[in-house]
Amino acid sequence: MTMGATDASGVTAGTGGTGVATGTGACEGSGGGGSVGGRAPGPVLSVAGLKVTFVRRDRELPVVKGVSLEIAPGEAYGLVGESGCGKTTLALALMRYLPANGRVDAGSVRIDGEDVFSLPEERLRELRGTKLAMVYQDPASALNPSMKVGEQIAEVYRFHEGLSRAAALAAARDSLERVAMPDPDATLERYPFQLSGGQQQRVVIAMALAGDPRLLVLDEPTTGLDATVEAEVLDLIEELRGKVDAAILLISHNLGLVARLCERVGVMYAGRIVEQGPARELFTDPRHPYTMGLLRCLPRFGVRKDEVSLVPIPGSVPPLGSTMPGCVYASRCRLVRPVCTRREPDLFAVPGDLAAKGRAAAEGEPPAPTAQSPHDAEPVGDAARHTRCYVPDEVPAMRVEEEHVHKVQARAARADDVLAAAGVSKAFRDGGRRLVAVDDVTIDVVAGETFGLVGESGSGKTTLANVIAGLYAADGGEVRFLGQRLPPRAAERDRDVLRAIQMVFQNPDSTLNPSWSVRRILSRSAARLAGCRGAARRERVEELARKVHFEPRYLENKPAELSGGQKQRIAIARAFAGSPTLVVCDEPASALDVSVQATILNLLADLQAEQNVSYIFISHDLAVVRYLSDRIGVMYLGWLMEIGDAEDVFRPPHCPYTEALVSAIPTLDFDHRRPRIPLRGAIPSLSDPPTGCRFHTRCHRFLGDLCRREAPPWREAGEGHRYRCHISPNELRELQLAELGPLPGR
Amino acid sequence: MRRLVVRRLLLMVPTLLVVSVLIFLMAEIVPGDVGRSILGPYASPEQVAALNHKLGADRPLVERYVRWLGGFVTGDWGESPILQAPVTRVTFESLVNSLLLAAIALVVIVPTSIVLGVLAALRRDSLLDRFISVTSLSLTVIPEFVSGVILLVLFAVVLPWFPVTASAPPGADLLTRIYHLILPAVPLMFVEMGYIARMARAGTLEVLDMPYVRTAVLKGLPQRRVVTRHVLRNGLLSTVTVVGAQVGWLVGGLVVVEKLFNYPGIGRLMAQAATLHDVKVLEATVLVVAAIYMLSNLTADVVVAALSPRVRLGG
Repeated sequence: MTMGATDASGVTAGTGGTGVATGTGACEGSGGGGSVGGRAPGPVLSVAGLKVTFVRRDRELPVVKGVSLEIAPGEAYGLVGESGCGKTTLALALMRYLPANGRVDAGSVRIDGEDVFSLPEERLRELRGTKLAMVYQDPASALNPSMKVGEQIAEVYRFHEGLSRAAALAAARDSLERVAMPDPDATLERYPFQLSGGQQQRVVIAMALAGDPRLLVLDEPTTGLDATVEAEVLDLIEELRGKVDAAILLISHNLGLVARLCERVGVMYAGRIVEQGPARELFTDPRHPYTMGLLRCLPRFGVRKDEVSLVPIPGSVPPLGSTMPGCVYASRCRLVRPVCTRREPDLFAVPGDLAAKGRAAAEGEPPAPTAQSPHDAEPVGDAARHTRCYVPDEVPAMRVEEEHVHKVQARAARADDVLAAAGVSKAFRDGGRRLVAVDDVTIDVVAGETFGLVGESGSGKTTLANVIAGLYAADGGEVRFLGQRLPPRAAERDRDVLRAIQMVFQNPDSTLNPSWSVRRILSRSAARLAGCRGAARRERVEELARKVHFEPRYLENKPAELSGGQKQRIAIARAFAGSPTLVVCDEPASALDVSVQATILNLLADLQAEQNVSYIFISHDLAVVRYLSDRIGVMYLGWLMEIGDAEDVFRPPHCPYTEALVSAIPTLDFDHRRPRIPLRGAIPSLSDPPTGCRFHTRCHRFLGDLCRREAPPWREAGEGHRYRCHISPNELRELQLAELGPLPGR
Repeated sequence: MRRLVVRRLLLMVPTLLVVSVLIFLMAEIVPGDVGRSILGPYASPEQVAALNHKLGADRPLVERYVRWLGGFVTGDWGESPILQAPVTRVTFESLVNSLLLAAIALVVIVPTSIVLGVLAALRRDSLLDRFISVTSLSLTVIPEFVSGVILLVLFAVVLPWFPVTASAPPGADLLTRIYHLILPAVPLMFVEMGYIARMARAGTLEVLDMPYVRTAVLKGLPQRRVVTRHVLRNGLLSTVTVVGAQVGWLVGGLVVVEKLFNYPGIGRLMAQAATLHDVKVLEATVLVVAAIYMLSNLTADVVVAALSPRVRLGG
């Protein structure tokens, strides 16, 4: 093992006189080997000084730049960070599965003491699937589409335990039972595409657990799944943790999820672990500016845009494989000092661990190497916290610094509708079946207001948005805009109306012509939507770019040369070219990293404050919807289930479906964890919706025959707050409050 | 699935009908007529007209078409005035010949090119991959009549290893017939090999990058299992479609090769019927080839469906 010897030199004292950085010789990799083994419950996984490099066009791009970590049996370790920081590469390196152009430069990975990189091919194959197992993002593509899932699980038993085909299938059946798959016998015979997303992920998890792994790597296991499905998968993982003694490495960009599942967390940035420690402490009292930065990007559940503004991290993740002499985060750090760019800080123990440091100083040797083995180190609690920062003491102060809230204009009276959709219905034909995607939905949006639309996929949110924008013609009901009844199709609408109602989509690529420069795209919008000509047009383009904080020097670039966040800014600028009255935002920030998401959300909020524009904001992320929205509509299977002010919708009494959605939000609030309400079963098919209440098949407050037989009435639960349920507001409030326990005061 | 096959089979009827109309019209547009073809350039126009009248070739177009169609669908394909033989017999004799040639080519091409393509994909960017890709591509771009002439000169004239003609003497056994067909089959293999091998390579490469192949590898399956069950089954679907599309060409499109090697295949018969205004033979041969073309495509689609449950079960 040749590893980061350069790291091993002593550290010059940090700047700022904090006394934090008193020369820990902390060096991952210094003697990673040898320390393992012998001790009774040694770590399952121990990574020491791992460096992974990709070679692209003869350039060497370091992706993982010296990472060390250990995970004990039964422990769950979370790895967080933006995309492009090397998390997945690290995970695949643990399995010794790197792309052809990837190579391990230094370091070791040991599973139960066995060095993965020096194993012969045959032993490695044995390890994979038995000791090492992985659960992937996007279960749909992780399963072979042309093989029955039973057989796919059975393969593990057949090729590792040598079971016969029949015995392996029986074992596969049991494994499906273990992951609480409904009807395991039937599932064995299904192909992946016949299962729902949650069921597919259950299959992948069952497959991973089949070999009784020692290390289970979960790589974004819920990303791309609906909030309720995410909760379902999370519950399963949590439940399995009690039964399985595997060490778990959970990779996710979702901090709430990591906070819920993991004891310890590592924050990865540009190939480095920059902070590490117990989940709760790390998230409540971060000591690295990057961790703090991530936290400040997230709308905490329950806060609103006029209370707290999101603070995006300036800049973006350095391009893959870039190297810098100092701290990897220096270029984006608000606390940056001269020393930061000269020499990279080591992983220092976070102060509070003064005893250990003092002891080390007294013994004349540096404190225990940090990440090398937090478990072996005697001190517990704070001692297990490490940060790769010279000034960790200054991090907590960042929380209050430069907070600005979005000014919110006084909301117009409810009577002054900008948009009123009444009894809107829209059905599609699929073969001979009729799918009612939106069924008799009535909503209204006033000037300067954000109307949030939530619900699982297939609930009809996007269809409703498209009906409003005129992309689909409604089958029934009417859409009024500024008091005027709108023709159903965009083609029949006035140019003024087209200008006034704009859309921003999840994928900006779908709105931006890939062969045009940004200037040409905006120029055309300025001409079409604002009627600008000549010099006025040029000015308008630049004004739009300024408005969305798009750097003018990129105006000549084509969309493909821009980052996802920049593209979304242009898509927003395009929508705002004609000073719209209403902008329909369909998951505008969902595909973006948290920091970029924060800038986009801020931008939307600022534009609204400036121009008094109204939004219909669709998102599956309830915390985001809550942050941005004044009013919220909840949809399920084409029905509007609930509508009201954001706060009212999110607290009792509310529709049981909303209740379940809210309970599914992963939160960083360690003190007020809500009990999760599991939604039973999959979303029913739109072609054959349940009778009575659409939600009754999955409802935890199902009353019986009444719900099955009769559509629930609308209940008034307060000013402008209505929901559909057979249970009356008073009764429902009591039921729901009883379960929540004392509510945290905000 | 069954519904799909039945529907596709039923759809063949109107397609063939349209083809037959087009053929009739085209034969009409081509200058000359069947009487002139039989009597030659020195016959007087009166003689030609008399013969045409006798053969019914001077009747209105619609009437001739309806009569021909009535006979065709009832199984009476008539007699070729030029070959002086029943259309059914000449058509099917030449069809059998063509099928034999196509079969010989296919039996060699399909397995070889798939194996080569898959090997190239599995050893991506290796020397073997480059060799296979470059060789197969180079062979593909040589037109079959060019390589046919070269092969003929080399291995039948200069080195008399193979017969010059592809047709075996009458009454020869199957082996002799196959022996005669080796030389004509090789140019076809050249043309097809590169195409199919590249398709197999591309399909395999695409699947190798799929997350489910990673799942299979990280499950710790032996490499053979990963390749056979997880990669090939999904990776060769597009190749099956391509092979299906090539069968039509191999059976009915080999006019030049058949001419070159003097082989009585259906392509040559078709070309001859077209030039001589032998409408009945032309119709019969074109329709038979069209039917084979559609059937082989349908077969390919059925195989694809059988291999991919998503297509088979819908969804």
